[in-house]
Amino acid sequence: MISALAIMALGAVVLGAALGYASIRFRVEGDPLVEKIEAILPQTQCGQCGYPGCKPYAAAISAGEADINLCPPGGMDGVRKLADLLGREVKPLEAEEKPKQIAIIDEQTCIGCTLCIQACPVDAIVGAAKQMHTIIEPLCTGCELCVKPCPVECISMQPIAENIDNWKWKYPVFEIKRAA
Amino acid sequence: MLAKLFRFKGGVKPQTNKAISVHEPIGRAPLPARLFVPLHQSIGGAPNPLVQAGDSVLKGQLIGAADAWVSAAVHAPTSGRVLAVEEHVAAHPSGLPTLCVVIEPDGRDEWIERRPVDHHSLPPERVRELLRDAGVVGLGGAAFPSHAKLTPARAVAMEHLVINGAECEPFMTCDDMLMRERADEIVRGIAIFRELLSAREVLIGIEDNKQEAIAAMQEAVLRLAPDYRVVAVPTRYPAGGAKQLIRVLTGKEVPASRRSTELGVQCFNVATVYTAYRALACGEPVLSRIVTLTGNVERPRNWEVWLGTPMREVVALARPRADSSSFLMGGPMMGFEIPDLDAPVVKATNCIIAASPALFPPPPPEMPCIRCGACAEACPHELQPFELYWFARARNFGKTQEYYIFDCIECGCCSYVCPSHIPLVQYFRFAKSEIWAREREKQAADAAKERFELRNARAEREQAEKAERLARAASAKASEKRAPPDPGNKPAPESAPAVDQPPAAAGEVAMTAGDAEAIRKAAIAAAIERARSQRESAQPRNTDRLSAGQQREIAAVEARRAARSTAATAAASGTAAATDSGGAAVPPAGSRRDD
Repeated sequence: MISALAIMALGAVVLGAALGYASIRFRVEGDPLVEKIEAILPQTQCGQCGYPGCKPYAAAISAGEADINLCPPGGMDGVRKLADLLGREVKPLEAEEKPKQIAIIDEQTCIGCTLCIQACPVDAIVGAAKQMHTIIEPLCTGCELCVKPCPVECISMQPIAENIDNWKWKYPVFEIKRAA
Repeated sequence: MLAKLFRFKGGVKPQTNKAISVHEPIGRAPLPARLFVPLHQSIGGAPNPLVQAGDSVLKGQLIGAADAWVSAAVHAPTSGRVLAVEEHVAAHPSGLPTLCVVIEPDGRDEWIERRPVDHHSLPPERVRELLRDAGVVGLGGAAFPSHAKLTPARAVAMEHLVINGAECEPFMTCDDMLMRERADEIVRGIAIFRELLSAREVLIGIEDNKQEAIAAMQEAVLRLAPDYRVVAVPTRYPAGGAKQLIRVLTGKEVPASRRSTELGVQCFNVATVYTAYRALACGEPVLSRIVTLTGNVERPRNWEVWLGTPMREVVALARPRADSSSFLMGGPMMGFEIPDLDAPVVKATNCIIAASPALFPPPPPEMPCIRCGACAEACPHELQPFELYWFARARNFGKTQEYYIFDCIECGCCSYVCPSHIPLVQYFRFAKSEIWAREREKQAADAAKERFELRNARAEREQAEKAERLARAASAKASEKRAPPDPGNKPAPESAPAVDQPPAAAGEVAMTAGDAEAIRKAAIAAAIERARSQRESAQPRNTDRLSAGQQREIAAVEARRAARSTAATAAASGTAAATDSGGAAVPPAGSRRDD
């Protein structure tokens, strides 16, 4: 009886020590789930989800504070991936899904106020005070954050046109013909 | 010499239909009224245009320079005037436009100075550069820049150089005719490639349905380079695939997503070798290519066509029959329907087939996959097309990659044998381009994230710096306020009391306008004094470790500057004295009132 208790106690102590050691030795810095979620998010940093950037949104999803269907740039595809990762239900997107677009500055109208430069989260706008500004197109994520601050409304969002470099083979679809 | 041949797995035997287009020799297509030369004709970087509208160009003049190592130059096919550098529909399944140089030929066909080179006298790197700048790319259809394939692997000695004259696609006869008519140039070109790769053995593989080409090549080899071996390979599609031909000729199987160079084998098309020879030995860049015009036409034949010729004009040479419904570029197995005949002939255009409903009946409706496995048996890469099909159909792209979708060469054998008429290759193309698009998006997202993080870090740093600056300024102000009781360390002891005394006095007596004025003036004077002392205390720090001569020069300059500044102060002292007395007159007045 005593020996059985002692063995159990000893076992508890040994295993406890092992677990305690492991929790220190193999400690994971940061939250790996946040990183996994962030890898799915499109990194537009647009804030349309209500969080100031993709990382805060990822953290909020991970903490269970935010839903997975708040990211319009990620689209339904993103929602599906998040649902897959987190084992949650796929939900329809909160906002309407838009085609990928980029901001274009009408350089004739631009007065060089630098407000859009300050708004751009990815430094994709070049220009200086009282100088014309322009968008570096390959860097623009289409977040629309520069559109509102512009005092002369010279920034417009334009969908990215299909060209030879981004053209994709289509999903094979066949017309069904009525048999004569 | 009877060599042992090997077999590749799978493959199909479609009707070859090659005989119709080999009756006539290669014809030279006339120059069109306008040439639309696309700048991006090869795999790799898009060349940069070197000409603009209004320029006149000579035949063979460089109009697009290779912008990266894997990229190939583009040249003007004839002399004439550049009308524009603009977007024009491309020879691409999408029918989307690409940047083209539009040239109006002047009819003189005047060559730029041609510089034939002796490749023996040049280092191999230079030869590769010359090939790139001559626009030599793989003319089998892939248009991969050849110079990039001509670097031997460091670790593995080059065992075999395989020259691909198999031409396994039905209908196509451009390589066949080239070998029949220009075998000597091909053999001489092989010598160049062999030297660049220092390959031990040369194997020329030709399908055994091209007996004339085999005979012509054997004859040329016997005369020029008897140690090359011309090998007739069994006719079975796709024997002309690089990996398949290597397998048949050498028995080596190139593993998934590895290059043949790692096994000591490299493979080139006969037309590529021919253009490389012309580029080096004649100094002629790639300006034209041989195109088979066949199918539902009255006069099937091979033509040497200038690159940039609109396909409409090329097709007219063959007189397509009235019931031709569409045109294919490439063979019936791997080619695609040309969306617009205004598209120009490019380096990858090896064949144009006029299609009619009789020649290529529309595919019967797609039926469900019955998992018969016929596609897996036909696949020359030993993939499992039915599995790939399920996953591509379900858009499960991760799984398609697990089943090696990128080893699929889109040869079309699986679609050819499918009893359910499933267009398998179309599904694979769809999956591949989706995967590429996702890859691009992922890269863009990663780059955006990095830029966002850098921006945040910069904003934080700027804020910290600003806070620090403010703190420093505040502490400086505080120390200045504490300084006056100890006049010893103050550079301007006369003005300092003027700043501090009035406020002390203002506590007792109400300040007047003159008072405020005096304070302001004194503060300005103090600031000027501070700036001056700061300037004086700031010594240049970059004058250490200079030679004696430089030190002397600096000393001379300093002396000159000192002399000039004393002269200037002397000249200004008269007026300065007047203002000084005027300025000095105020504080006494103020102090008098204070008293």
